[in-house]
Amino acid sequence: MIALLLAQTIAITGGTVHPVSGPRLANATVLIRDGRIVAVGTNVSIPSGATRIDAAGKWITPGLIDGTGQLGLVEISAVPGTREASVQGDTIAAAFNVAEGINPASTLIPVTRIEGITTALAVPTGNLVSGQAALIDLDGATIEQMLVKSPAGIVADLSERAKDNAGGSRAAVADRLRGVFRDALEYERRKVDFGRAQMRPLSASAADLEALLPVLHARVSLIAYANRRSDIETALRLAKEFKLKLILTGAAEGWEIAPAIAAAGVPVLVEPLSNIPSYDALGIRYDNAAVLAKAGVKVALLEPDTHKSRNLRQQAGNAVSYGMTWDQALRAVTLAPAEIFGVADRYGSLEPGKVANVVVWSGDPFEFTTGVEHVFIRGKEVPLTSRQTELFERYKKLPPTY
Amino acid sequence: MRPPLSLLLALTGACASAGKGTSAAQAPAPAAPTAPATAPSAAKSESTSVERLQYPSTYARHPNPPVLIRNATIMTATGQEIPNGSIVLKDGRIVAVGAKVDAPAGAVVVDGTGKYVTPGLIDDHSHLGVYAAPGTDAESDGNEATNPVTAEVWAEHSFWPQDPQIPLAMAGGITTIQALPGSANLIGGRSAILKLIPARTVQEMKFPGAHYGLKMACGENPKRVYGRKGGPSTRMGNMAGYRAAFVQAESYRRRWDAWNKDHKGDPPERNLRSESLAEVLRGNMYVQNHCYRADEMAQMIDLAHEFGFKIRSFHHAVESYKIADLLAKEETSVSVWADWWGFKEEAMDGIQQNAALNQQAGGRPIIHSDDPGGIQRLNQEAAKAMYAGQRSGIPITRDQALRWITVNPAWAIGLDSIVGTLEPGKMADVVVWSGDPFSVYSKAVQVYNDGWLVYDRADPAHQPRTDFELGEVPAPGSDR
Repeated sequence: MIALLLAQTIAITGGTVHPVSGPRLANATVLIRDGRIVAVGTNVSIPSGATRIDAAGKWITPGLIDGTGQLGLVEISAVPGTREASVQGDTIAAAFNVAEGINPASTLIPVTRIEGITTALAVPTGNLVSGQAALIDLDGATIEQMLVKSPAGIVADLSERAKDNAGGSRAAVADRLRGVFRDALEYERRKVDFGRAQMRPLSASAADLEALLPVLHARVSLIAYANRRSDIETALRLAKEFKLKLILTGAAEGWEIAPAIAAAGVPVLVEPLSNIPSYDALGIRYDNAAVLAKAGVKVALLEPDTHKSRNLRQQAGNAVSYGMTWDQALRAVTLAPAEIFGVADRYGSLEPGKVANVVVWSGDPFEFTTGVEHVFIRGKEVPLTSRQTELFERYKKLPPTY
Repeated sequence: MRPPLSLLLALTGACASAGKGTSAAQAPAPAAPTAPATAPSAAKSESTSVERLQYPSTYARHPNPPVLIRNATIMTATGQEIPNGSIVLKDGRIVAVGAKVDAPAGAVVVDGTGKYVTPGLIDDHSHLGVYAAPGTDAESDGNEATNPVTAEVWAEHSFWPQDPQIPLAMAGGITTIQALPGSANLIGGRSAILKLIPARTVQEMKFPGAHYGLKMACGENPKRVYGRKGGPSTRMGNMAGYRAAFVQAESYRRRWDAWNKDHKGDPPERNLRSESLAEVLRGNMYVQNHCYRADEMAQMIDLAHEFGFKIRSFHHAVESYKIADLLAKEETSVSVWADWWGFKEEAMDGIQQNAALNQQAGGRPIIHSDDPGGIQRLNQEAAKAMYAGQRSGIPITRDQALRWITVNPAWAIGLDSIVGTLEPGKMADVVVWSGDPFSVYSKAVQVYNDGWLVYDRADPAHQPRTDFELGEVPAPGSDR
C-alpha cells in the first residue's frame, strides 16, 4: 500500500556490485527510482534528495529467485488447513492455478525475504498434471501486488510418485499425457462439436484441456518433474513430439545425458544438495548441477523445502563446492531462473529498467559468515524483521517479558 | 558366584561403568575389542539368558601405520586452534598434538598445508541404517509403531550396515553416530552407538563401552500415531503413558536388585520392556528425548524427577531457547537443528539462534541431523548456527561451535572421555578438511576412524561402497 504511494529514489553507493548481466563493478552505485533500477555503474550521478545507503565493503546482487517450493501456499506442513498447493480428484489439474491460494500474510514470506530471497515460484503439487505455477515477489499486501507472472508454467510429474495417477506404470504416465495433449488439440479444433456433445468423451475436463493449449502452442512452459534418466528422456521425447517449451525440474540423473539436454535447449532446475539414492534416482549426486552447466545447459538452482527457502544460498555455495563456477552459481539463482520463467526483461540482473529487487550483503552471499544488510523488493526497503526475529527479541534474555 | 545382573547388562555394551550419570570414563579401552573378559562359562548348562553376553560388540580396530598430519590448522575442540600445527595418530590413538611433534618411525606423512583438522564429527541423532536408502517400505525399520511403549526394541536389531547413506555420511566427516528408533512411540526403544565404518554386521560397528540411549518422544507424533489406535490421543495421555511404564519398571528393578544381592530362589521373570527402563532408573542408559516445545520439556523434567533419572538430551528441542536457563541448571543437553522449523505446529517457533542462546545460558548445545542429507554437512549446519548467534550479538566462539558437533554429542552418548576432542590419549577419530570447516566451500578430504583411513576424497581405494551400490549406483566420477 505504502509502496504504491512512494516515489522514492535510493542510491546504494560504494559497494561491489554483481549485476550478473555483466562483470563485477567495484565501488559502484545502484540507483533505484520508483521501484525500478535506473542506473548501475561506477560513475552514476546521484540526484539530490536521494536516500543514500552506504554499502562500502558490501556486496550487492539481484534478489535471489527460488524456482520451486510453496511460498504463500503452506504455513504448517502438517496442518492440511494451511496447505493450498494440491487439488484432489483431478489427475489432470491443468486449470488449477495456485495464485488465489497464496496467503500474502504468511509468516514464511518475511522469514525468507530477510535472507535475500526476493522472488519465488509457487508450485502446485500432486497429480499427473499438478496445475499452474505462479512467480511471486515476496512482498505485497495482496496477491495482485505479489504476482510477477501467472502462469509461469504448468507442472507435470513424470517421476515415480506420479505413477499411481496413471494406473501404476511409467509407460502409462507417458501414454496418459500424450492422450491428454492430443485431446486438448482436438478439443481446440472442434470446440463447437464439443459444445453440442457431438464428440467422443475426452480424457480431461474442458477447462483442463483449455488450460493446456498455451502449453501446446509453446506460449507457456511445461515444467516436468523427472529424475530417472529414462523419465527425463520421456519428457524430452514428449516435448519434441508436441513442440513444447520444456523446463526440467529435479532431473537428478540429468548429468548422465547432459549433452542431450543441452542439445534440446531445455533448461533444468536442480537441487544441488541432493544425493540420497532411491529407485527414482539411483544415480543422484552432488555434481549434477556442475556437469549440466559445463555441458551448456541453462541451470537454475533450487531449495525445495519451502520453510528453508532461505538456504538457497547454501545450495548455491555447495554447487560451487561441487564444481560450478561462482559466477555460474550466482547466475543460477538470479538471471537464469528469470530467463527460464520468461521474466528476464524485468528480473534477474541489476540493469537499468529492471524491477529493483536488490540485496546488500555483508560479503559473499553464499558464505555462512555473510549476513543480509538491506533488502529491496520493487524498490522498497523491507524491514529485516519476521516472526522469528520477534521470538528472538522476546527470549534473548530470560525470563521473557510477555 | 554368578555376577549381578547389572554387571551382566553392562557387558552387553550398554555400559561398562555402572556409575550413575558419569561419562564413560571407565569404559573399556577403545582400541580393544569388547571380547568378554568375564565371559560366562559355556559349560554352565544351568545358566540362563540373563547371565550370558547380550549382543556384544565385536568391534576391532583396523590395523594401520602411524600417521603424521602436519602444517595444518588444528581445531582441537578443547579451546585451542593451532595454526601450522601437527597431529600424530598411532595404534588408534592420538599421541601428539601441537606446533611441534615427534613423528614415529614409519609414519605416513600427510601435508596439511592450507587444510584444517578437527575431531571426527558425531551425530547423536541419526536414522541411518534403520531408515535406509533406497527408502522403500522394506527398509523402513525405525518405528515399531505397534504399541506406544516399546522399550524392548533395539535399533541395532534393525540396523542395515549396507545402507548406502553410510558412506555418504562418512564422506562428510562423521565418525560416530547414535542410530535411534523413530518418534512414533512414547518410548521407542534402545539406540545404537556406532562407529561409522564399513562392516558386515552391526556388531562390528558397535562402539565399545557406549551407553545405550533410550528413545522417548513427546508431543504430536505419539498422539497422531495412536490417537485412533487406542491412545494416547492427548499430551496428558502421553504423560500417563510414560508414567505407567516407569511405575512398572520401578517394581521390576526392585525385584531384580533384590535377587541380584543373594541369588536366592528363582530369578524373577525377564521382561524386556522393563529391563530397558530399569537400566534408565539405574542410570546406565541415557534418555534421548524427542521434544519440541518448551513447556513439554519442563513436563519431562518433572517426570524424570518423579522417577529419579536424568534426561541426557532433548532432541529437536526447537523451543529450548525459551527455557535455556532451566535446561542448563538441569544439565540436560539440547540436540537441535540450525534452522529447521514450521513442518508441524510444535516446530513453529524454531529460530536460528537456538543453539547460541543455549550456549549463552550455560547449556550444552549439540547440532544434530535427524537427516541423511544433513548428516553429510553437520559442519555447515554448525556454521550457520554459530554465525546466526554472532550476528545477533551472542559471542559464540569457533571452538564452541566445533564442540556442538564433536565433544558435546560425545557427552550425550557418554563417550566424551574417549572421542570428541583432539587430545593425546583420545581415539584417533580425525577429519582433514580442504579448508575452514565453517566455510561452505570446504569439504572433508580425509576421515580417520580409530586411526583407519576410512575415506579419502582423492583416492578411490578409500571411498567405500556398499553392496547396494554395486551395479546400481554409478561410482563417483564414472558414468554408468
